[in-house]
This record gives sequence, structure tokens and C-alpha cells, in this order.
Amino acid sequence: MPRLTVEDLKRIKEQHKAAFTVREGGARVKITVHMGTCGIAAGARRVMETLLSEINRQGLTDVIVTTSGCAGLCSKEPMATVEVSKEAPVKYVQLDEEKIKRILLEHINQGKVVEEFALVTGNETAI
Amino acid sequence: MDKYRCNVMLCGGTGCSAGGSLKIKEALQQGLKERGMEDEVNIQLTSCNGFCPQGPIMIIYPDDVLYQKVSPKDVTAIIEEHLIKGRPVERLLYKEPAKKQSIPTVKDIPFFNKQVLRALKNKGLIDPENIDEYIARDGYQAAAKALLEMTPEEIIEVVKDSGLRGRGGAGALTGMKWQICAQSKAPEKFIVCNRSIIEVEPHLILEGMIIGARAIGASQGYIYVRSGAPIIIERLKKALTQAREYGLLGENILESGFNFDIELFMSSDEFVCGEETALLMSIQSMRGMPTPRPPFPAEKGLWDMPTVINTVETFANIPLIIQNGAQWFRSVGTEKSAGTKIFSLSGALNNTGLIEVPMGITLKSIIDDIGGGLIKGRRFKAVQVGGSTGGYIPEQYLDVPVTYEDVTQLDAIIGSGGIAVLSDLNCMVSSAKFTIEFAVDESCGKCPPCRIGTSVMLELLNKVTTGTATEEDIDLMEDLAFDIKTTSLCGLGQTAMNPVLSTIRFFREEYLEHINDKWCKAGVCKELCTFYIDKEKCIGCGACARICPKKAISGEKKKPHQIDQSSCIQCRSCYETCKFNALKIGPRRMREELMNSDIPENSTAEESSKEVAG
Repeated sequence: MPRLTVEDLKRIKEQHKAAFTVREGGARVKITVHMGTCGIAAGARRVMETLLSEINRQGLTDVIVTTSGCAGLCSKEPMATVEVSKEAPVKYVQLDEEKIKRILLEHINQGKVVEEFALVTGNETAI
Repeated sequence: MDKYRCNVMLCGGTGCSAGGSLKIKEALQQGLKERGMEDEVNIQLTSCNGFCPQGPIMIIYPDDVLYQKVSPKDVTAIIEEHLIKGRPVERLLYKEPAKKQSIPTVKDIPFFNKQVLRALKNKGLIDPENIDEYIARDGYQAAAKALLEMTPEEIIEVVKDSGLRGRGGAGALTGMKWQICAQSKAPEKFIVCNRSIIEVEPHLILEGMIIGARAIGASQGYIYVRSGAPIIIERLKKALTQAREYGLLGENILESGFNFDIELFMSSDEFVCGEETALLMSIQSMRGMPTPRPPFPAEKGLWDMPTVINTVETFANIPLIIQNGAQWFRSVGTEKSAGTKIFSLSGALNNTGLIEVPMGITLKSIIDDIGGGLIKGRRFKAVQVGGSTGGYIPEQYLDVPVTYEDVTQLDAIIGSGGIAVLSDLNCMVSSAKFTIEFAVDESCGKCPPCRIGTSVMLELLNKVTTGTATEEDIDLMEDLAFDIKTTSLCGLGQTAMNPVLSTIRFFREEYLEHINDKWCKAGVCKELCTFYIDKEKCIGCGACARICPKKAISGEKKKPHQIDQSSCIQCRSCYETCKFNALKIGPRRMREELMNSDIPENSTAEESSKEVAG
């Protein structure tokens, strides 16, 4: 392991930023994937996995992904709720891998709600 | 580094580790692997959360949900319910003591949200064995600032301005100590960290010591650590290795040209070695005995060289002061007692553990808000402040702010930072005796006031607890305690008398009950109490009969029970078990009366207690 300089201290801090966004809060965006039995059966796991690998690939450190149970709209699963801080939550329905990628690109990165996949704005919380 | 959607922080403090957190970690890893989730969820062992009695503790981020008393068999539920479906596992949540309502998130649990975390800011949040995580939380930034941007004089000035006082014993101003040492001319200087017992981040201690070394001009430091604390030793060893690999210890730290290294010194766990001069003797391979001051270690310490010796908690505050400034440090606490203080909270409270609070907080707030009040059915009697040799403070002083000055006024000390709450189940005389027994064992024997005085004091206290003392003995004890306190060589003898002095001052009545009535109302002094059953209140549930180890309690179901006095060993189990307040504690003479009398137990009991009360 090389000897550190002050710049190295900053670099290490930057590398771990994502982990501490999860632990300390303060994320810009929270995406909740609904993982009730219905959601899982409809493919919520694949949506979640795609989401996570895309976030990793793009190196996003201010986005957190979490799960919640059945939202009561089982026929519209897989579903996800996107909460950008200080904006109303948006619920997306009948998702798949391609749709979640577009949401990540347009809504999370560019700030435009993907209205064709959106059900409604609003939120239900599990915790 | 991969981004995990979820961080499971499993407490790896000494308590939770003993409670099986490693086994929980294995079970979690296995369970996540089986479900193909090992890349989504990160499991991390952390430093102590301080909520040890509720351990093993698990906190899940980003949800901020705390699970208590987790065992490996809970792992499946946690994965299936929480980690997959995002639903907290209700039965593992913390429950509010009075209403038994669940409080899922850490930020809503009063034990945590009433604390002000500074020295413990990383608790439960980072892996103490990974230097990168410490650096990610601004670690070693203060060391960089102190080594590259500040002169030793500037460092000392900031520490002085902050008003930081030694978090161990007498509360000396840390900056003053450093200045005296820095100004001493000597070929070599040392910096020593006293007894790493608090489970703060190991790197925080190292960083504080690096800054201190730079301020005084030391090139060698020692951490004096209890050999009876294997987890702490292990973590310190790893931290030292990592810091050396990164060039944060050793030569030319952070390319500043400054050289400094630290050695671990395993102590022999003697209590007296917490005293600074005894500690220094011990590092020099001599018997751990204190030496008279002056000369103070800052002038003449290790191998006669100027030495700064501070406690873990003092060092832990240093990087924060350097980074944030003296004014920031003073933003909590009082004028003369700035900053926060770590306490180990214990006793008859709903929540106990390791806490960090602003100086100047009242004892009442610590007990009621953080401690969650007394456990059901118990009445407050006293609070011992300052660890085993702290004084006992009664109810009328609970509004006193916790500062160095105010606490000393009450014969208590900030000391090692222990706060223990005593209830009606504690006898004040026995509590004072317990400390003196400890002092007799731990006295190093060097100075007569402590060596002989503590033994004589123990004899006197034994007279009180066995009912052979006279009222004059109280005055004698007070005189003796005063003399020992003022003439002992070191803090051991000086503080050991606090419990005696404070109990005589605030609980004299209880001494008199022991001496005159031969009555220990708490039922602790076995020779001065009689347990009996109030037949009016006993509903005959039989709980006491079942718990009695001598089978001394008998009675028909749903009818009042009675205690066979000749078999009773005064263990008090029945008293603590009874939910109907039917178990009573009478004075010693009731025992013979009950044994010799044919009159039904309850009437005798009532008369006796009336007589004594009158």
C-alpha cells in the first residue's frame, strides 16, 4: 500500500461517498422498488438488478435504492416510486429492464418525469 | 467500490460480539448468497453502538431501522421481510418502555436522539477495522491540517481556546498541559494515551495522538491498553498496521517531514495504573505505584523526559477541535466545561449503555430522557457519578448540571465517566462498602492513608452492616474519610472516600436505621432484615414460593403464604418477584419474634413495624 498524500485522503473519501449516502442519508433521489409477492412474480427482481447495475455503471453516488411491500395494485406490477428531494414522488407501473433504464436516464439524470410509464404522483410509506 | 442498495450494520462491539454478532454475520452472508443478493446488500461489522444491554444490535440503512437482541435464527425473517420486501420485522424493534410501542428508526429512539455525538460520531456507522472508512468520514484531515498548515504553537492555542479539559480524572486543561510540555527543553518527549477502554474508533485516537505529538514535539507515543480487552487490542493493532502502511505513522507523515510512531503497551489491569504517574512507572517496567507531584509528567515523565498523558476521550476530541475550531467545540457545554462527555450509563434504568452528552446536561435529563426512566416498580434512590469511586447524589440534586465544578460540589467526580442509578433495592451503606472493599484490594500500598485507612474504613462499615456500630462510629468514619481524602498520595485514595462521604452526607438516616433500629430497609444487609408476607396483600399466587431457593415459603393456592424464618437466607428473591407488594422487609428483631411467636405472622409484623416506625 503506497504512502498517502493529502490528495489521496480526498480520493479515498470520494470513493466511499456512495456507501455513506446510504448510511447517513442525504441522498438526492430515493427509488423504492415494490417487492411484494406480486411484484417479485411480475419481475421486480430483474428491475431492481438492472437499476443497481446501471447506478453502479454510471457511478451515481447520490441515489439510493430501497424496497417496500405490495402497494395494492398487483395487476400493475412491477412498480417503483421515484422520490427526488423536494419534489412530489412519482409512481411508475408495469416496468421492465428497458423502462427502468429510461426512467434513470430521463427522470433521475435529466429531471424529466417519464409520463408514459407513470401512474400517478403520490406516495405510500412502509416505514 | 460497488454500490450496495442496503447496508446492514451489525454491531461488533465487545458486548454484541459476545452476544454472537459474528454468527449472525455468517448466517446473513449465507442467506443472502442463497437468494443471490450478495451484491445488493452489504454486511458490515461496526464499532460499539453503546446500546449494549439490547445487543446484538443491527441497524439497516438507508431505512435507519434498528433491530435489538438479534440472533442467528432471526436472519431469515430479516432477509425475507425487510431486505426483500422492505417491511420491518416488528418483533425485533425497540419498544418504548412505558407504552411498549415499537420505535423502528434510530433517529426516533430517545436513547440515541438525545445524545450529541462528537467523539463517538462514527459509532455504528463505520467498520473500525477499515482505515478507508475512517478516512471517508473526514479521517486524518485534521492530522493533515496540523502537520502541514499549523505550527505547534497554533495547535496548542486552538486546544487552549477550546477549553478542552482532561476527560479522565481531575479535568486539567489539556492545552495548558501541552504547553508546559512543549516549552520544556529536553532531548526527547513522549505522548501517552491512558487506557484504551472506551470503544471509540481506534484511528480517532491515533489521529489525536499524532496532532498532540506534533504540538509538543514528541516522536514516540504509547497507548496503554488493558490486556483484558482483546477486541480493543486487536483493533488497535490493525489500526496501527494500516496507519503505518499508509504512511500516517512512521517517518515523514503525509510528506510533512514529521516523524512519529506509536507502540501498544499491555497493562496489567491494576486499578491504580489508571493514575498517571503509576501508569508511567508501569511502562518503565517498574511496579505500578504513583509518585508525588510535582514534578508533573509534563515536566518529568517517562524516563525523566517531558511527557503528555491524556485519556482516550481527550485524544478523540482533538481531531474534531483542529478541524472545526475552538468556537465550534464551545458551541455545546458550559463556559468552564466545554464540549461533550462520554458516560457509561448503568443501573436500574430502562435504557443503559455508552452515551455521549453535552456537558451541563442535568442528571435528570440523562436518567429520564436517555435512560428512559427507572425500570417498572423501582423507586429512585441515588445516582453514583464518576464510576466506582464516584459519590452518590440524592434526588433533590438531580437538576444539577453535569460539569466538573458542580459535580465536585456534591462529593462526586466526572472521573472515569460512570453514571449508575440506584433504586430502593440498593442499600447505601452496602454500596459505600462495596467501593471500599474495592479500594482495599486495589490500593497499591505505597502511602499509609490509603493502605491502612481503607482497611479501617472497611471494618467500620462492616460494623454498620452487621449492626454492631454506634452513632459515634459515623463521626469517626466522616473524620477518617476526610483525612484519607486529603492525605492520600494519588487519586485512588482521594476519590475512594467519595462514596462514604456522600452517603453519610445525604443518607445519614439510613446509617442510623442500620445502627439504632438494626434495620436495612433495602433488604441487602442480611443480618439486619426480616422478610415477611403481608397477609392482607398476598393473593396466594405462589410466585415467591417457586423462586425461593430454600423452599422456605409455603401456603395453599390462592391463600396467603408464609415464610419459615428458620430456613430463610434473606436472598430477597421473593421480594423482587412479588407483583402485589405483599413481601415486606422488617428489622432484624422481627425474625426472632416471628420464630418464637404463635401469633399469626401478619399481626406481629404490623405491630413490629409500627413500633419501629414510631
